[in-house]
Formats: sequence, structure tokens, C-alpha cells
Amino acid sequence: MLNTNPIAKPIKRFPRATQISGWSQVPGEDASHVTMKSDQQTPTGQIGYCQETRWMLAVRDERCKASFAALFDHFAPRLKGFVMRSGMGSGQAEEVVQEVMLKVWHKAHMYDPARAPVSGWIYQIARNRQIDVIRKENRPLPEQLKEEPGMEPDASQIMGLEQETNKLKQALARLVPEQREMIEKAYLGELTHQEINAQTGLPLGTIKSRIRLGMEKLRHELKEMRRDD
Amino acid sequence: MTEISHHIPEDVLAAYATGSLQSHYALVVATHISMCMDCRAAFEAHQALGGAVLEQSGKEPVSDRLKDALLDQLDVPYDEAPVFERAGVYPGPIMEALKGKPPKWRSLGLGVRQSILSGNDEGSVRLLYIPAGQAVPDHGHNGLELTLVLQGSFSDETGWFGVGDVEAASEDLEHTPIADAGPACICLAATDAPLKFKSLVPRLLQPIFKI
Repeated sequence: MLNTNPIAKPIKRFPRATQISGWSQVPGEDASHVTMKSDQQTPTGQIGYCQETRWMLAVRDERCKASFAALFDHFAPRLKGFVMRSGMGSGQAEEVVQEVMLKVWHKAHMYDPARAPVSGWIYQIARNRQIDVIRKENRPLPEQLKEEPGMEPDASQIMGLEQETNKLKQALARLVPEQREMIEKAYLGELTHQEINAQTGLPLGTIKSRIRLGMEKLRHELKEMRRDD
Repeated sequence: MTEISHHIPEDVLAAYATGSLQSHYALVVATHISMCMDCRAAFEAHQALGGAVLEQSGKEPVSDRLKDALLDQLDVPYDEAPVFERAGVYPGPIMEALKGKPPKWRSLGLGVRQSILSGNDEGSVRLLYIPAGQAVPDHGHNGLELTLVLQGSFSDETGWFGVGDVEAASEDLEHTPIADAGPACICLAATDAPLKFKSLVPRLLQPIFKI
């Protein structure tokens, strides 16, 4: 497969083994994710992803510690800031950061770039951990979606989700301070469900449709594959 | 499976995604998401926004030894928490609440049975087993009540609820769900208060039956 531009022609469901071959450098050290070069020896389909996604995929598929360290450098200070905002002291916050990042390493096989940006996936792990610590109870979690082992969703779906995530970030940044503060409070878990206004004024519907589309596509393709058997 | 037409209300789903929903309701939401692709996508959309909030959080410097300590731990063997799979009509989150065992049913009379999964001052969550044609006793509740159908179906004043459907009843709804013909209706129901049954079991017996 020489096609390295996933927008022009989506690469369909390549096995993970071919996706990661010859990929030992820390992804994200160059700027290929913005320039879309086609002559790089990067794994097919990953070239357009943002660096956090590429780090996370390298952690998931190769157990790449350098990429994990890069994820740590990016997320640990933000996680610590996030956790301290809900009133935790610096020492305890660092403990939470350590536990969350360790979970990121151990649960990496569950990461699905077509359904969650890395930041959202880590957010979820962090909230679960905070609930465990503060309320001393495990939050009930949904079943994992069953997927065929070794298969990847196509690159256009992943990039589409990244685009939606970026739009969401920009929209959040554009909110007036009071509005943004409400959203931050909500996602820090400081509002009750009676206080939460489901209408955030943010394009949540668009990103939901994108994720839903990815699920539909996956289900459809699985059906097709079974038909071919 | 028929199409799911009654979903988790948006504010309740948002509260679950942000981790502020009381745990009894959270079990119903986690179970519904396990059955409903639409609410799963909505849940994941909330996660994406949570991630955006995390990205824009102010940074706090972390101590150098934290990273070293963490990198040292990567190769330490890790005990994966057990994953509870769906069994019969019970999706994974319910199996987890049941600790992998079948429900322990207690009779409420007239063929109606319940199995309490957890309960405390904040509320309770239970499985209900209602034979065809039988009514879940008419009851009120202090706040929100979520009822998710796992098997069969029921109907009440507000509509028809099949497998995967959730009825979200607010405090002012007085309703009488009746199990439809066919297999017995099995539901997962969460409330913020002990159910106040008006019939079937006298008030005085409530503490004994924990209802």
C-alpha cells in the first residue's frame, strides 16, 4: 500500500501488524501531521493524525515508552491542574496523576481513536479515578464494544473525529467566561444533574453524529465481512 | 431487537458522563449505554468535551520524581480488574453489580419479584420481575425514577416500553406500569427514595421488604 493520504482514499481496515511495521521513532517529533507529506516512512494512514493520537497508538500497538513519556509530558501538568481545581492538594493530586497515567499505559489496548480523542479518553479515566478516591465507590461503566481483533477503523473516520474535536475546543475557547466556567464546573463533576443544562451551546450533536457514524460503519463492515466468509 | 425509542434524558446522560450522577442511577445509564448505540455515541461526545476541558486546564508543574517513578512501574505486572460479560438478559454492568451470580429474587406477592442490587440513604437500584398482565404496584417517588426494560415489555399511562427502553419518571408522575403479554417483564429500576407502594404491600411492611 503506497497510498499515504487517507483523505484522498480512505484506507480500510488494515491489520495492526502492517500498520506498525518499521515504526520505532517517537511519532510527533516532526510536523508531518500538518504538512501531509507523502514520502515519509510512517505507518500508512497515521500521517494525518495529531501527535497525541500517534503517541497513543504507538503506546497501544508497540508499547513505546518514549511515546508514553511524551504523553506524560503533555497531559500530566494538565491533569494535575484539573484535579487540583476540584480542591485536592498538590501531593494527593500527583498520586491521582500517577494512577491515571499508569492506567493509560495498562488500558491502552482499549483505546479506539475512531471513537474518542486521547484527551477525552484520559478525561474519562481521570474522572473514574477521582470518583473512586472521593466517593469510595466504583462508577458503573458500560460494556466495551466488541470489535474484531486486529482490525482498525478507517483513517478518514479517525481524522474526522479529530476535526470535530478541534472544532469543539475552538468553540469552548470562544465562549464568554461565565459560560465556559459553567462547562468546566460541569465536567469537573461539580454540578448535579438538576443543575446541568444539557444545552451547552457547543456542537455536541455534530461530534455525536460523527461517532455514531463510525459505529454504524464498523457494524456494517463486520456484517459484510461475515457475509464474505 | 426492536428499535429503542425511549432514551436516557439528556441532562441525566450529561451528569453520568461528567461523573456527578448518583451511583444507583449510574447503573441504569451504564446498562442502557451497553444496549443503545445512540446513547453510547452521546456519552462519548461528552467525553470529547471533557477532554477539551482537560486540554484547556491550567497546567500545574509536576515533580520530576513522579515521571521517573511512573516509568519504573511500567514493567511491573498489572492485575487487570475482572471484566463482567453479559449473561442472558443482563448486560455487563448488571452482572458486575450481581458479582457474576444470578439474581436472588424475593417475592412481593402475585408473582412479582424483586432483587435489590444496592441501596442506601441516597436511593436504591433493583431488578423487578413482573409476570405478563401483572401490574407493578402504583407508586410515587421523591425525585427521578429510571426504569430500564431488559426482557419483555410494559405499558403505562405514558406509553409502551420494550427491551432497551428507559422510562424516566419525575416526581409528579403517578403511573401504573403493566407487563404486556408474553415473557415476564424484567426491569432495572433506580429511585432516589424507597418506593412508596400504594397497594399490594401495606406501608407498614415496607421496612421488611425494603421497598
